[in-house]
Amino acid sequence: MNLHAVKSIYMFEMARMWRTIMQSIISPVISTSLYFVVFGAAIGSRFADVDGVSYGAFIVPGLIMLSLLTQSIANASFGIYFPRFTGTIYEVLSAPVSYFEIALSYVGAAATKSIILGLIILATAELFVPLRIEHPFWMLFFLVLTSFTFSLFGFIIGIWADGFEKLQIVPLLIITPLTFLGGSFYSISMLPPFWQKVALLNPVVYLISGFRWSFYGVADVDVGLSVALTLLVLAICSAIVGWMFHTGYRLKS
Amino acid sequence: MPIISIRDLTKTYDSGFEALKSINLDIEAGEIFALLGPNGAGKTTLINIICGIVRPGTGHVTAGGHDVIRDYRAARALIGLVPQELATDMFESVWDTVSFSRGLFGKPKNPAYIEKILKDLSLWDKKDNRIRTLSGGMKRRVLIAKALSHEPRILFLDEPSAGVDVELRRDMWAMVRSLRDAGVTIILTTHYIEEAEEMADRVGVINKGEIILVETKAALMQKLGKKQLKLFFDAPVLQIPAALAAYPVELSDDRKSLTYTYDVKSDGAGVAGFLDAIGHAGLAFRDIQTVQSSLEDIFVDLVKART
Repeated sequence: MNLHAVKSIYMFEMARMWRTIMQSIISPVISTSLYFVVFGAAIGSRFADVDGVSYGAFIVPGLIMLSLLTQSIANASFGIYFPRFTGTIYEVLSAPVSYFEIALSYVGAAATKSIILGLIILATAELFVPLRIEHPFWMLFFLVLTSFTFSLFGFIIGIWADGFEKLQIVPLLIITPLTFLGGSFYSISMLPPFWQKVALLNPVVYLISGFRWSFYGVADVDVGLSVALTLLVLAICSAIVGWMFHTGYRLKS
Repeated sequence: MPIISIRDLTKTYDSGFEALKSINLDIEAGEIFALLGPNGAGKTTLINIICGIVRPGTGHVTAGGHDVIRDYRAARALIGLVPQELATDMFESVWDTVSFSRGLFGKPKNPAYIEKILKDLSLWDKKDNRIRTLSGGMKRRVLIAKALSHEPRILFLDEPSAGVDVELRRDMWAMVRSLRDAGVTIILTTHYIEEAEEMADRVGVINKGEIILVETKAALMQKLGKKQLKLFFDAPVLQIPAALAAYPVELSDDRKSLTYTYDVKSDGAGVAGFLDAIGHAGLAFRDIQTVQSSLEDIFVDLVKART
């Protein structure tokens, strides 16, 4: 493995995060904190507990997941799209690095940023709502697995996109609605039976459910199913990235 | 063994455009090879295939004996590429982007070497500047520094003089020569013939995806170059004298000059006879001039002959 190359790309991408810290870290932390203030501290106290958890604390895993998904996709898609846009991708393609190493370094950097962001949001949430984490290992497991999986998904979008608009379409029109409808603000069990069945078609439900279970020990769906589905998405994304590199899709003519 | 060997290489893009048609080419270690051709001839496609940026159609390419597909790591580690476009990381500093390139090609950090490159390319005082603040010429130097950062044995310069001023062009030529002296093989694509004429040891001409000629520069000039002897007269020459019938001469429109075109291969052997014939014809010339065709003339003739 060309470790120098992996490290170079990884550090290059991480340097971009520190250079754009307002956009990469501070902005998502502030916007997520606003949810804690409004739904947790302000009007959350008027809501009944959900599954034995105060409403303010109940929404924390969902909101962290919302940031993880959107930021993982945004970081990874921009990371690979920008060199394509500026033409500097030629250097990566002509370097002695394998496809796996390219994906590992870009996706690894994007996932690292998301994990850092997730932990900062978690620490911020502690300031506004009472939190407990019953299964810290599984909390970290879901945090890392989700960050890598959706960074890989963002990497696919970054290769697929042929304009800045397309970079935004999937996160804004698909991921954000799925996250809002995936139980970020409510338990699926609160929905009418028909909509509960419909909600189970939403993969984000499984992510949020598993992540929330690691905090409070309550879940909408079986935790094993959450892990399995996340791993399935990871496998599908890995296969798509492999196919993209193998065929040179939008990278090599 | 050639440092780059290309065998039966073809490339057809998805659009159906046939960019390369069965290219065969060997490039020897330590030479400066100029690949000439008009726009769209296939120069950049050929380079990009060797460097791994474009997928080949059929055929084989080796660099340093390593197949560029099967053994791409070893092959690419030998190669540095300065692309035609000024593709740079706009928000990075010069130092960071050059150091990044070295790491990308699998080399450990070596600040002393990076410093040397930046000094050689007159970039040292700009090392902390963001690239977007640099002029076009300086950006070109940064691209060269990036390509040299991992100490390549083969350097591709794709249209290096595009959009650069005379000073930088001269600096680049000097740098290319010093690299060649250090054992680096240089492959240069250009449509500035003067560049090839100035630097190349060998010249290849590519047109419409085919290599139509590969020769040493001297042999090319010798083989295809023409010389012209031009005589100027005070009084108009009304008609070409019969004594000159054996010579390919042309009379100018104002009839005050005669141009005799002869082959370089003749090594001037016919000139003495021609001047004798002029004397026998009783023509007194005022001035004499010889002109040798440039590489550009040769190139234009070659390409025209194939179209």
